[in-house]
Amino acid sequence: MFSVTFAIILPFIIAAFVPFIYRRFKYMHIGWLVMLVPITLFVMLAMLIPSVAGGKTYIHTYNWIPSLNINFTTYLDGLSMILGLLITGVGSLVILYSIYYLSTKESLQHFYCYLLLFMGAMLGVVFSDNLMVLYVFWELTSVSSFLLIAFWNHRKASRLGAQKAMLITVGGGIAMLIGFIMLHNMTGSFSIREIIASIGDFTDHALFIPAMILILLGAFTKSAQFPFHIWLPDAMEAPTPVSAYLHSATMVKAGIYLVARFTPVFGGDQIWFWTVSGVGMITLFWGSFNAVRQTDLKALLAFSTVSQLGLIMSLLGLGSIALQFGYSEDSILYTQATFAALFHLINHSTFKGALFMVVGIVDHELGTRDIRRLGGLMTFMPFTFTVGVIGSLSMAGMPLFNGFLSKEMFFAATVQIMNAEVFSLQSFGIVFPIVAWVASVLTFVYCMIIIFKTFLGPVQPEKLDKPLHEAPMGMLISPLILSVFVVGIFFFPNLLGAYILKPAMGSIYPTFGDPANLTPDIYAWHGVKPELLMTIGVILVGGLLYRLLKKWKPVYGLLSSRYTFNALYNNFLSLAESKSTVLTNKYMSGLLRDYLVYIYIFFILTVGGFFFYSGAFSSALSMDAPIQTFEVILVGVMVIAAIAMLFSKSRMTATLLNGVLGYSIAIFFVIFRAPDLALTQLVVESVTTVLFLLAFSYLPDWKKEAVSSKTKLINAVISISVGAVVVLVALAVLNYERFESISTFFEDAYELAGGANIVNAILGDFRGFDTMLEVVVLFIAGLGVYTMIKLRAKKEDENIENK
Amino acid sequence: METLIVLLIGILVAVATYLILSRNIIRVILGTAVLSHAVHLLILTMGGLKTGNVPLLKEADAPYTDALPQALILTAIVISFAVTAFILVLAYRAYQDIGADDLDALRGTSDE
Repeated sequence: MFSVTFAIILPFIIAAFVPFIYRRFKYMHIGWLVMLVPITLFVMLAMLIPSVAGGKTYIHTYNWIPSLNINFTTYLDGLSMILGLLITGVGSLVILYSIYYLSTKESLQHFYCYLLLFMGAMLGVVFSDNLMVLYVFWELTSVSSFLLIAFWNHRKASRLGAQKAMLITVGGGIAMLIGFIMLHNMTGSFSIREIIASIGDFTDHALFIPAMILILLGAFTKSAQFPFHIWLPDAMEAPTPVSAYLHSATMVKAGIYLVARFTPVFGGDQIWFWTVSGVGMITLFWGSFNAVRQTDLKALLAFSTVSQLGLIMSLLGLGSIALQFGYSEDSILYTQATFAALFHLINHSTFKGALFMVVGIVDHELGTRDIRRLGGLMTFMPFTFTVGVIGSLSMAGMPLFNGFLSKEMFFAATVQIMNAEVFSLQSFGIVFPIVAWVASVLTFVYCMIIIFKTFLGPVQPEKLDKPLHEAPMGMLISPLILSVFVVGIFFFPNLLGAYILKPAMGSIYPTFGDPANLTPDIYAWHGVKPELLMTIGVILVGGLLYRLLKKWKPVYGLLSSRYTFNALYNNFLSLAESKSTVLTNKYMSGLLRDYLVYIYIFFILTVGGFFFYSGAFSSALSMDAPIQTFEVILVGVMVIAAIAMLFSKSRMTATLLNGVLGYSIAIFFVIFRAPDLALTQLVVESVTTVLFLLAFSYLPDWKKEAVSSKTKLINAVISISVGAVVVLVALAVLNYERFESISTFFEDAYELAGGANIVNAILGDFRGFDTMLEVVVLFIAGLGVYTMIKLRAKKEDENIENK
Repeated sequence: METLIVLLIGILVAVATYLILSRNIIRVILGTAVLSHAVHLLILTMGGLKTGNVPLLKEADAPYTDALPQALILTAIVISFAVTAFILVLAYRAYQDIGADDLDALRGTSDE
């Protein structure tokens, strides 16, 4: 039986194998193989549609980190079904399209590996019930999006666009993570279903609003909502299949999904209502306003995507108000906004996916997507033209296409919201239909730009690098299939409503009973109502504005380019880079002493500080072994030798004093019942001293160090503090009697290892492996010494590193 | 006895730290040598001093002193010798190639 977990894991597994398969089948386009993954998953998901439509949900839990409450729980319900179908369905079409778009000369193994990575991550986002797991997949979509945008990484614009997308979406993702943790703090659960069930008790919690805002930040950055939308136009540097897939149909819908998913948690709250619908409305307007002035078709589509995402977002905000009223005959009217949001979510994926593919075809076949160089393509590219017109008219909200239905429902929802008697909507509510209408007029204008500037008007072959011709059939299949959906949904919208949208409504309004009540019948014609009049107004005013485009386009010149969000982002980035360079250069001085000072100060502060803070210092003289006179003399000798080292003027004296220290320690080893140590110490100390003396004949004599007395003072303070901390810690450890010593174990050395000398038995038997590695260390040091003395760079290799 | 040795260790550590903070590379190497002396004494002291006989089962009677620190120190002595030898040769080579034994002069260039 189909398992949702399998759907998430399959793309990852195949992604891991793609590079190997690619190497094996060099002459075949690997896309054909990769395409099987989304097709399989799509079919499997589609087979579950009837049972999900019947209200069934699929939950499967795999215990991952149960101690932290993090389990790999997959959850398939109506809402995740929509996204799942889009991810796998559009994914199949995009891969089919990419087979013709990317030639085998591109590094396809990377492309399809990243694409599958994204697909798995995206499925993980929509099918995860556990917030932490969802977060991991969420960031993974950002990472794979980064890799895909920078696919042509030899281009600077690609790299910068990828960086921008990454910084903004990951930044939002981290905010979202904090929000998730707050939710966990409140409810004690990471499971979305459990949180939805128990959130009612926590709406007055101090963390409720912060958690909401932080989670919304994650959703808004991902779905390119104002003012975070700036990454989406730059992400258009990606290959067009990626733009069609990630940046219009799926990844940017993750934010929408999140808002829809959390509507039962936060919906009904005034702040949620105003933030989601307000930000959505601003984005809707700003995106469409900016789309009109673009000359690059892909940039135009990017801004139009921003605008359409704003539309869906604002609808979700409007629909959330129903939760404020609770279930009643009247509140159902407000849920229509959410219904329209889900409906438009699907419609947008179909027509925008088709449009992106059309633009990709134009770009691929003619070498440009600049509308100033294009025109009159209709006669040369009839299929492309047809798909382009269908997509554009659907986006503009014209009848015969699915965009009309959802656009009408959007207008209806904005009109309906004025009737709400909460949140002072009766006075402010009028803003919604006005903004919606203005933005729709602008949408109409840029849709006309796509149609007329690209496909109609005079041909300009002299401005094109390539001859005019239709794209290969394989490239046209995907956009044609999508445009069949665009038209098909218009004629059979209720099929979609009953099977796909109804169960999703049930997931967003779990308390509203039978989702069938929330699922209206969709009609193209529903009498002369405000929404129809608004559409007619859009056509009239939009047509007029398009005719007069040249007259009013100077409006855009009034906007200062210095105060855009892009400039803000760029300034922030360059400021951060320069400041951090200055800061880094300040402490990364390249001087050994400075680095050691940092280490010592850190040691003093953390170790000493912690002991001081926790009061762990203790000393007791009672346990000490008795002291004899010659021991005191020996300690005195060592102290004098050590201090004399500091003041010795010649390196010879200092080395000999070091020898004094070493031999004294050897005597101490004898006193402390360690004969082996004493022997070793004597030998090693002699050899070390000889080694020093040997080195001196090759090194210059000591010069007086030009060190300021201030530095000397600092060094002295640090040295004494380090010594003091060591003393205090050592005394504390001496008096720490919490554990039994393990040393008695080794006293059975003769029985266990056959050695009467315990120290030898430990080295040669109990810790024999350790000793072996010690020998390896000696060997490596010996090799190092040998190479440093013997090996010289040959004359011609001297600058080998600079080459 | 232990307290006395710990105080000695503290002085040795302070001296070693001061030497390590010098600019002359030989002083730094001497500092590491003194530091390893201090650490060897520290390990031994942590096991308790003169708590029993020499840890030779056939030669002496129980109780024995703690043999584990002794084994650890034996390893440490050899390793610190290897390290000292290595840095000495490093200093030698650096002086041969660059002509400086002053750490400030050995500092890398900014674009490295």
